[in-house]
Amino acid sequence: MAYSLHAALAGNPNSGKSTVFNALTGSRQHVGNYPGITVEKKDGVAKLADKTVHITDLPGAYSLTAYSQEELVARKVLVEERPDVVINILDAGALSRNLYLTVQLLEMGVPLVLGLNMLDELPAKGISIDIKRLGALLKTPTIGTVARNKEGLDELLTSACEVAVKYKGQAWNPITISYGNDLDPVIEEMTALITQNNFLTTKYPARWTAIKYLEADEEILSAGRAENPEVAGKLEELYEKVARHLKTTLDTYPEAVIADYRYGFISSIVRNGVVTQRDELARRASLSDKIDTVLTNTFVGPLIMIGIVYLIYKLTFLLGEAPLGYLEDFFAWLGEAVGNSLGEGVLSSLLVDGVIGGVGAVLGFAPLIMVIFILVAILEDSGYMARMAYMLDRIFRYFGLHGNTVMPFIISGGIAGGCAVPGVMATRTLRSPKEKLASILTAPLFACGAKLPVFLLICAVFFPEHADMVMFMITISAWILALLVAKLLRSTVLRGESTPFVMELPPYRMPTFKGVLLHMWERTWAYIRKAGTIILAVTIIIWAGLSYPELPQDIIDTYDTQRKQIETQLPDADEASLEEALADVDNEQALAALRNSYAGRLGVTLEPISEYAGFNWRVNLALIGGFAAKEVVVSTLGTAYSLGDVDPEEAESLQNQIKADSSWNIATGISFIIFVLIYAPCFPTLAVIKQESASWGWMIFATVFNTVLAFLLAVAAYQILYRVLVL
Amino acid sequence: MKHNVPLRSLKVGQRATVTAVDAAGEMGRRIRDMGLIPGCQLEVVGRAPLRDPVALRLGGFTLTLRNNEADHIQVEII
Repeated sequence: MAYSLHAALAGNPNSGKSTVFNALTGSRQHVGNYPGITVEKKDGVAKLADKTVHITDLPGAYSLTAYSQEELVARKVLVEERPDVVINILDAGALSRNLYLTVQLLEMGVPLVLGLNMLDELPAKGISIDIKRLGALLKTPTIGTVARNKEGLDELLTSACEVAVKYKGQAWNPITISYGNDLDPVIEEMTALITQNNFLTTKYPARWTAIKYLEADEEILSAGRAENPEVAGKLEELYEKVARHLKTTLDTYPEAVIADYRYGFISSIVRNGVVTQRDELARRASLSDKIDTVLTNTFVGPLIMIGIVYLIYKLTFLLGEAPLGYLEDFFAWLGEAVGNSLGEGVLSSLLVDGVIGGVGAVLGFAPLIMVIFILVAILEDSGYMARMAYMLDRIFRYFGLHGNTVMPFIISGGIAGGCAVPGVMATRTLRSPKEKLASILTAPLFACGAKLPVFLLICAVFFPEHADMVMFMITISAWILALLVAKLLRSTVLRGESTPFVMELPPYRMPTFKGVLLHMWERTWAYIRKAGTIILAVTIIIWAGLSYPELPQDIIDTYDTQRKQIETQLPDADEASLEEALADVDNEQALAALRNSYAGRLGVTLEPISEYAGFNWRVNLALIGGFAAKEVVVSTLGTAYSLGDVDPEEAESLQNQIKADSSWNIATGISFIIFVLIYAPCFPTLAVIKQESASWGWMIFATVFNTVLAFLLAVAAYQILYRVLVL
Repeated sequence: MKHNVPLRSLKVGQRATVTAVDAAGEMGRRIRDMGLIPGCQLEVVGRAPLRDPVALRLGGFTLTLRNNEADHIQVEII
């Protein structure tokens, strides 16, 4: 009989749950967000003979208590979507801790199947597990699996289907665990009260709600108050009473007692002939521990870390450069082809200079971004990223951040050439909202891929011999600045709690090809999607700002006259010099048009202020364009020097113009670098900041604060360097 | 002779049994969710280059913890 059902995949982080999900659903998956919050929602479809199984991959969770958003989401999906079956994936090597979640699922009473994963790693740990016995003791079908080799997955899915069919349409069937003499009577009393009043019973089993009251679960408490304030009040009273009692008699909390009994229940099962282990702690060091003695060693560890970061930096440019060139050529060709077929006119200008130029600039960076995200995914999936967080936590904490901030920073361009869009998204792992905000606001301060062409241009003009060194200095300065700004924010507007560093250090594992590609694609897609939406809209606005108002007809006429004069005055001249003279007039006219445009006028208006940082109106114009996306800074600067379009990679003529312009000097160059590094995040990044901070206020703050900071530092640098180096 | 010492005082390589966890609220919940409860055995497997955080080996997995978080945990050296 063909039918379709809904399964939810639950499990601890690092239990191999994602590998199971990818193996079961293949490419038939969809990644989105849960509405209103920033936890990823992954859905996929698995086929088993004539059955279709819709699988929701729940966020990784150690527990169903309300520690993290992930755990809240996992709980919410179970309660609200009522999947036909829950597949709980466990890391067999850390069985007790993984069963902590299982016990809570059993207490909810959801139809359950266990997948005991990573069986292949047991022999090395000196553990053996009696799978049948475990299943029998828990009264839950239990299947052994090795998800990387797809071992046992068909069996797991078959078993899940059987359970789903068996329990279809039935109420959940929770198990009862004893919580000892102090709590059991209270739980009984609460359960009776809850059942009598049908208090939240359409959603949660009565006993489960009672236990959540004893765990002082914020979400359930507020749901309770909304449902029936009177019953909720009585339940809270019962909780207060037993909490006081436990505090005075045993100096403990109800929550702690519940955890103790849950672990007690688990060890009664695990020790009942399920797990045989030679030594409670498996004294002999695992391979992972041996690797750690080197990689996190006091002296060698940090050196290796710097080496790895440097290697990524090198590899990114080595592998990303060629495709970057191809894409740029492609967009240049496309622009020309469209321009030629449409002829001159507003539509052609909009498509070529606006849409293709702007979106092309963003998409052109996609290969570079892909390479860096592949490397970051390898760092993450291998387990090394967790070690970086571990080694750097002490330093980051000094600046009010968390070891886990290292990842958003690196993705944003901490090793030059990232992107702040996925970087800001990577702050999701941080628990404390203030810590997360500090990370979100500082991530755009790094040298992302779009800022690099600007730096390369300035290096080529003022530091042709030391470009590498200057780029390195910029990267280091970005780190120092980001940390200092974080410290400033965390000791002023973002003062508050830090996230605990109670985290698992996952064992080192060889990343799977598929896993790395999926990770990379999720982040790259976030970047590309922005190019197709926000950047497209913004480039059109910028294009309009640069193109309108048009020059008055009488001025256009004077240029036409000039052209005619050249043609008549130089009848004998060779064709080359004639064309050159004509091009000069064209460029002059383009420059006049630009200066006359809205953006040009704004640039001129700002000149009296920007002069303090050494910027003339042309630079202002480029920087205004850069508000939307830093990619357009170099090309706008090219336009402002009436060069026509400038290819950022081959900006030699622009270099010469800057060298020839007396308003540019080494102090201007450095001040320009500083300003571009720091000022307002690009529009796509602002959109993500808005999304992740769930506030327009912080988005505006990021724009204003960064721009003011950038200006102050640029002015300081210019005024000092001008006096020291130029005068 | 057995006596309780704070987890912070353990050296790398030392093994101990947890005797008390004195942490309420969010951090307490997190510590318990990860299996750090009275009776659990652990071994200090490493310290970060700046001596903080510390890495602990529990049954089958490795856990990291900051020193100021370890202060909530009393242990008995095995």
